[in-house]
Amino acid sequence: MSEQQEPVTGIEVPIYLKYNFTAGAGPARFLSQVKKGVLTGQRCPRCDQVYIPPRGSCAACGVATEEEVVLSDKATVQSFTIVSIPIPNNPIQPPYIIANLVADGANISFIHLMSECVNEDVRIGQRVQAVWKPEEEWDYAMDNIRYFKPIDEADVPVGQIGKLPVSGWKG
Amino acid sequence: MANLAAVVGIGQTKYTTKREDVSIAGLVREAAQNALQDAGLHWDEIDAVILGKAPDMFEGVIMPETYLTDALGCNGKPMLRVHTAGSVGGSTAIVAASHVQSGTFKRVLTVSFEKQSESNAMWALSSPQPFSTHLNAGAGGYFAPIIREYMRRSEAPYNVGIKVAVKDRLHGARNPLAHLQRPDITMKEVEDSFMLWDPIRFLESCPSSDGACAMVIACEELAEQGPKPPAWIRGVAMRSEPTMYAGRDEVNPQAGRDCAADVYRQAGITDPRRDLDCAEVYVPFSWYEPMWLENLGFAPEGEGWKLTLEGATSLDEDGDIPWNPSGGVLSSNPIGASGMIRFAEAARQVRGDAGDHQVKGARLALGHAYGGGAQFFAMWVVGANKE
Repeated sequence: MSEQQEPVTGIEVPIYLKYNFTAGAGPARFLSQVKKGVLTGQRCPRCDQVYIPPRGSCAACGVATEEEVVLSDKATVQSFTIVSIPIPNNPIQPPYIIANLVADGANISFIHLMSECVNEDVRIGQRVQAVWKPEEEWDYAMDNIRYFKPIDEADVPVGQIGKLPVSGWKG
Repeated sequence: MANLAAVVGIGQTKYTTKREDVSIAGLVREAAQNALQDAGLHWDEIDAVILGKAPDMFEGVIMPETYLTDALGCNGKPMLRVHTAGSVGGSTAIVAASHVQSGTFKRVLTVSFEKQSESNAMWALSSPQPFSTHLNAGAGGYFAPIIREYMRRSEAPYNVGIKVAVKDRLHGARNPLAHLQRPDITMKEVEDSFMLWDPIRFLESCPSSDGACAMVIACEELAEQGPKPPAWIRGVAMRSEPTMYAGRDEVNPQAGRDCAADVYRQAGITDPRRDLDCAEVYVPFSWYEPMWLENLGFAPEGEGWKLTLEGATSLDEDGDIPWNPSGGVLSSNPIGASGMIRFAEAARQVRGDAGDHQVKGARLALGHAYGGGAQFFAMWVVGANKE
């Protein structure tokens, strides 16, 4: 046995935590609709704003949201970033665009991927639409939408972003 | 009516990428010992310990405060842990101050830390949830679209962020504790650096650091007996707002404006640019300087970038209101400690104890921290005088 030993100053010990996600009433309803390829929001009875994904309450008013609103899968770019580094556990290759999108009929943005676009041409106010996975792959997940792609509609003025009806933009 | 309280001791570690020579316990003890030494005190003269750090998932040590009691000399003493994401260092200092201002304790030790080399912040912040696509590209990915919206609204020239990145690193080069030591940094180098999350470049982002910061906060009577001048706590405020509500202004959050108004009122500040001598403000991405200049009322909305470009916030340009003379979060970022470093550096300034990054004659300073999706805010104003 050797007298000389290298001191062990550190070892890597990956830790894995597995969560069971309990959706609650609002998100459960949202997820069961998105499994059918439909985006639904909930309207606040006090301020009339429509939330997606609905969490069952309006965070601004502190009241429960119950009225369901079917939303369009067309949306407007509220803002975005072009990301040049990979996401942990995600096969997507940089550079890719993560956009804050507001679906027609909703009043709050969610983030999603944009693709089928020229990165340099992406802009605030741009019109996009969801590209869904094949129906047989749909699950209780927002990932049923693969990404959003630009559509041939006029840009939405900044003051109108987040305020469009579910019928869309007639600009 | 709250009792007077003051910072009587400040201790920090040298911020660096990897402190391989100490464990987490060793790291926090080093900062705490430095603070006690600065205050001329011993462990047994501390009544309670208030600890803060970023979420436990970072290092994967759950409830680390329980195992750190030995290292912080508080076996058998009251201890409390504070959680407010990236703003936690600031909130922790305020919780510590409130335990003295309320008269509950006479002398409290407060400590915050992060050992990012034993952690993976990006992974810890990226747990997938089914109602959202799994696209969390770290804090930069979250804040980049908000910065883009600020740039659109304010029509600020593209190089404002570049200027902040250079200015804070030049400040950091005056501070031997700062992680990044870049006295030779140039605008061109920042501009040419890798675009990570467009519009945020690599050199417009904070580093990942190991480090801890500690303070001793004492009541009026004991503060006057200390060996060094106290930094009197003239106002403390915390505010939060929901991360997601319809109509939220993410560029200029209401909670930040309300928090600033509250702390200014307590400290008798009506014009922060005129009344304060300097500020240590949480700026992890360079564009947050002009954004917070507006949110904190140092400039009208849409005009924060003008102060930056004029050099008003720069020590090297002899600005009237230096921001982050220590180098700020852009020069050192042990996440859980970053807010407390802002608070502690504000206190160093008004004690006249900030070395080469001292703002001449500083009497009144702001310490600021924000966290999460810019929904947590913590601020204090410290002064050389009691009132």
